[in-house]
Amino acid sequence: MQMNWVGCWALFMKEVRRFYSVAVQTIFAPVVASLLYLLIFGQVIEARMDVYTGLSYSQFIIPGLVMMTILQNAFSNTSSSLIQSKMHGNLTFVMLSPISPLELYLAFVSASIVRGLAVGLGVLVVGIWGFDIVWQSPMWILLFAVLSAAVMGGVGMTAGILADKYDHLAAFQNFIIIPLTFLSGVFYSIHALPEFWQVFSHFNPFFYMVDGFRFGFFNQSDVSVLFSLAITVLFLVAVTVINLILLYKGVKIRH
Amino acid sequence: MHTPAVSFQSVHKQYGELSALKSISFDVRPGCFFGLLGPNGAGKSTLINTMAGLVKPTSGTIQVNGHDVVKDYRQARRTLGVVPQELISDPFFSIQDLLTIQGGYFGLKGRAQAKWIDELLSRLALSDKRNALTHELSGGMKRRVLIAMALVHQPQVLVLDEPTAGVDVDLRKTLWEFTKDLHKKGHTIILTTHYLEEAEALCEEVAILKSGNLKALETTSELISRHQYRYLRVIPSATHQFLVNQLPVVLQQRYVEQDVNGVLFRLEKDMPLNSMLGWLSDAGFDVQDLTSRNATLEEVFLDLTGEVE
Repeated sequence: MQMNWVGCWALFMKEVRRFYSVAVQTIFAPVVASLLYLLIFGQVIEARMDVYTGLSYSQFIIPGLVMMTILQNAFSNTSSSLIQSKMHGNLTFVMLSPISPLELYLAFVSASIVRGLAVGLGVLVVGIWGFDIVWQSPMWILLFAVLSAAVMGGVGMTAGILADKYDHLAAFQNFIIIPLTFLSGVFYSIHALPEFWQVFSHFNPFFYMVDGFRFGFFNQSDVSVLFSLAITVLFLVAVTVINLILLYKGVKIRH
Repeated sequence: MHTPAVSFQSVHKQYGELSALKSISFDVRPGCFFGLLGPNGAGKSTLINTMAGLVKPTSGTIQVNGHDVVKDYRQARRTLGVVPQELISDPFFSIQDLLTIQGGYFGLKGRAQAKWIDELLSRLALSDKRNALTHELSGGMKRRVLIAMALVHQPQVLVLDEPTAGVDVDLRKTLWEFTKDLHKKGHTIILTTHYLEEAEALCEEVAILKSGNLKALETTSELISRHQYRYLRVIPSATHQFLVNQLPVVLQQRYVEQDVNGVLFRLEKDMPLNSMLGWLSDAGFDVQDLTSRNATLEEVFLDLTGEVE
């Protein structure tokens, strides 16, 4: 079936304009929140934690914070947009149009990548400006940023489709997304953890996204960057398949 | 033979124990102003939503202009515009933006599309609200926005699901003028409404649903003329007093209602009027005036569904 690229683009642009129209809430607030983490954790833990050789703690956590904001905001973009559209009823406009499930998925996830990157870039710019951050491999940075945002955009879509009310979404975010991002090595190297928690971290897919992303800055990581890439791609494929099944079946959208 | 504008073939929809649609089959001819009527819960909106792809049929097929709404949904939706019953809002975009975005979903953009959106806004008296957000509009204006959204891709078939619910008389008139104009231009219009006088005045053909079953499918005039009763309104003199239960049985059986306009009786069409006049005279009924008429669509509807709309 021929793709309706104009329709897909229209939906993508709508989603981008949607979050841009409330940029204070969707872009600037997350940037400020991440910088507060940097300020507080950086100051308090700077002298108490060893990370990679030759790096200060503040330098170490900046890529992690950038990735954390990317993950959380990519998730928020699709999930909140979908639940709002369901609540206001305007998802019907998309459902009545000739946009296919694949086009809908691509448009929503692409917009979430844009938001994730926009917020991540905000944190990064301030981080570079305040701390001596260099990037060794920009391609790895960009690759992990885009793939991870896509994964979380997809996870947000699944949550948005399945949630019947804002409360469901808040539970998903507070009990799954935030704990997994906080336990993904944003604030520490997993080598600093007891063995049990090191093993546990390897079952957290967000850990590989943070670790691979950090590799792009320091050429150092807790696990092989190629392994992190493989896990991230695998996760993206799984999330994509789940969403396409949900959309083609019309779960909670077409009754 | 023309391809039907919409063709329902054995459409069945099951929600758990409830059969919302029971093997519904009928065609809507191209260019028809078609009324889909039925009491609440009859299955009208389910049928419309199934046609629109918002509800998946349990079995059966629906084609819009020859395109299957499931297998060939892109073409089906390109030729179908639906005005949903529920008012819909979007807190982020202006009316003009919403129309432009909606056109984009259909692959439409550029100057010609912008011109059509201007025309829609103008025809629906929304030009001065083009930059407003939906939550800033009254219910009637929101309804007009939904109509504009449904027409943004210039569909051949327009479905209006209770378009005048909660709408004031002026706006209702504007909407019907606009809809009649679309019909004159060759669009097929499918209408559900609880205002049966409107359906009678507008619809060339009607389908009546009840509890998921198709109870009638005919031209409006045939449906009314086939009705086995006519109605006689008797205006008694100002001083005449009567009690229904004191009337002879033959009159009681035909009594419908009494209001400020007189007493309404329902007569078999083949019954001579003289018989009725004789019964009234025998009962000492002091008749000042009387009028006879055929059934209205509402009366036919009530007879078929046994329910008050």
